Amino acid sequence: MAEKLYIDALREGLREEMQRDESVFLLGEDIGIYGGAFGVTRGLIDEFGEERVIDTPISEQAIVGMAVGAALSGMRPIAEIMFFDFLTLAMDQLINQGAKIRYMFGGKAKVPMVVRAPMGSGTGAAAQHSQSFPGVFAHFPGLKVVIPSTPYDVKGLIKAAIRDDNPVVFAEHKLLYRVKGEVPDEDYVLPLGKADVKRKGRDITIVAGSIMVIRALEAAKELEKEGIDVEVIDPRTLKPLDMRTIIDSVKKTGRVLIVEDDPMSFGWGAEVAAGIAGSEAFDYLDAPVKRLAGLDIPIPYNPNLERHAVPQVENIVEAVRELLR
Amino acid sequence: MDLTKEKRLWMYRKMYEIRRFELEVDRLFKANMIWGTCHLSVGEEATAVGAIAALEADDMITSTHRGHGHCIAKGGRLPQMFAELLGRETGYCRGRGGSMHIADIETGNLGANGIVGGGVPIATGAALASKMKKDGKVTLCFFGDGANNQGVFHESLNIASLWRLPVVYLCENNLYGMSVAFSRSTAVKNVADRAAAYDMPGEIVDGNDVEAVYHVVKKAVERARRGEGPSLIEAKTYRWLGHSKSDANVYRTKEEIEEWKQKCPIKRYRLKLVEEKIATEEELDRIEKEVEREIQDAIEYAKNSPEPSLEDIADGVYA
Ligand SMILES: Cc1ncc(C[n+]2csc(CCOP(=O)(O)OP(=O)(O)O)c2C)c(N)n1
Repeated sequence: MAEKLYIDALREGLREEMQRDESVFLLGEDIGIYGGAFGVTRGLIDEFGEERVIDTPISEQAIVGMAVGAALSGMRPIAEIMFFDFLTLAMDQLINQGAKIRYMFGGKAKVPMVVRAPMGSGTGAAAQHSQSFPGVFAHFPGLKVVIPSTPYDVKGLIKAAIRDDNPVVFAEHKLLYRVKGEVPDEDYVLPLGKADVKRKGRDITIVAGSIMVIRALEAAKELEKEGIDVEVIDPRTLKPLDMRTIIDSVKKTGRVLIVEDDPMSFGWGAEVAAGIAGSEAFDYLDAPVKRLAGLDIPIPYNPNLERHAVPQVENIVEAVRELLR
Repeated sequence: MDLTKEKRLWMYRKMYEIRRFELEVDRLFKANMIWGTCHLSVGEEATAVGAIAALEADDMITSTHRGHGHCIAKGGRLPQMFAELLGRETGYCRGRGGSMHIADIETGNLGANGIVGGGVPIATGAALASKMKKDGKVTLCFFGDGANNQGVFHESLNIASLWRLPVVYLCENNLYGMSVAFSRSTAVKNVADRAAAYDMPGEIVDGNDVEAVYHVVKKAVERARRGEGPSLIEAKTYRWLGHSKSDANVYRTKEEIEEWKQKCPIKRYRLKLVEEKIATEEELDRIEKEVEREIQDAIEYAKNSPEPSLEDIADGVYA
């Protein structure tokens, strides 16, 4: 198996699906010759031409709305929104249109589309270019939400998202683009709605998503030196959410820490916590469920403040120690 | 019209200040002293300065992601601007905003904006407030050619015209929205053509000619102040540098960039001022030297300023 960057694995997934299925196409701002703000679509225009790698004007609502319309009419559009933050401009088309159409039409229509966007802080882009809020979309029936953390996952999950017959919000963390990992060359698809045990352990379960998986794994390595054996569960998709895998892990370890990149209040971690509390795993808990998440503030520009605004490896290590104390 | 020597020299100084400020920002960025990204307006100085010269001090502006020039022309202070870019507590946004979010309420600058088109309804709302309060102020709304394809642009212009709001929409058309050429993003030949759809005057001006921009904007500002409603002005100009710090410039040719560099608004104005005997070379040199000193002092100030403290991280989330 070859080591690949997350960004290259993602592009490979897009390319393979475009080769496999003529109805798959890309649209978004600066995705052609520029290759996207982060380079995800670099080179695809040379292979598939301007007809399938479409540069749009700066019109987010139209981009997402057109994806809805094209999907409804038999195509499989993948819309790129340059920064996750700008999805707010397209909320109506995504939430009131894309998410609802199938049900409103009595299940007689399909909206097979993907909206991809890079989220997250850590690049100094400040409050309007640094947000993570995938949980917001998981709130709305009709949408699926994917938050892939590794190169292997991102390729398998983008393929699943493209093949899925529902609108899927695909949230990439921009700090993950440069992360390397093993990616097989052959075609593989990972199911939406299946969590992954990223590390097996006995003493405590960490449920982490997106960039926080990488930080949780680093924290686990630290904690191993102290004899603490951490299990790391990556839900991979927030909707559908695989509570079964999480509950089974908590039953085994008796302790759980949930780590999110998003601001704490009303975040998806609360959903996971409630799922645990309401399950048979509750009887196995040796300590209260603990959450670590972003502060309830807009992401600040200054690098020290910015770093402090979301959980870092040392915060995870400390939180685990507290839970085991 | 009414351009005094003093005002003309002010315009020269401000353009020079903007140029020098941004070249220093570029340098500090490359020296890893500035974090994140920033968007420079080198080559576009005449639009910012000419337009703002047509305002009164307590008129308001909204700005864009490429907003350093607007901020400086509106009276923004260089030390606080550098301090913001260096992420310091003494910066305009206490180190929380950075390049894309500098605002200076005191000088009527309602803020740069990270969202393309985000400032357009805000300017319209500020103009609505002026109309309600009868305070006689006009709001000047800067936006790029890319922003003219956002839905909110159309919604705002319609309302402003309908309600005759005291606002001037000024498009800085630098021919590209990131990598997408204007002709590939916009169905009409000129942004100003869109004025017809909203029943307001639409004017095109050479955005590299500071006095031409001044005169066109002045006319629109007077109209707005008389209660006759908004105008749409399109200044044709060019950005010399990449879109932001991570632009390989693959979508335009060296020749094109070179050609526009020949149309440098600052060199051109300098020539005009000397030819028309409004200023001597020595006077202009003196202005440049003064600006140079101010810039270096401002950088020193920023470098010596404290970082924000972690304890205050949540300050300002709520009033
Ligand atoms: C809503 C939104 N979409 C996309 C972007 C990314 N972006 C920032 S600047 C820019 C190009 C803007 O072009 P234009 O309005 O012409 O201004 P210019 O950069 O040319 O000064 C883009 C696409 C953004 N910041 N906000």
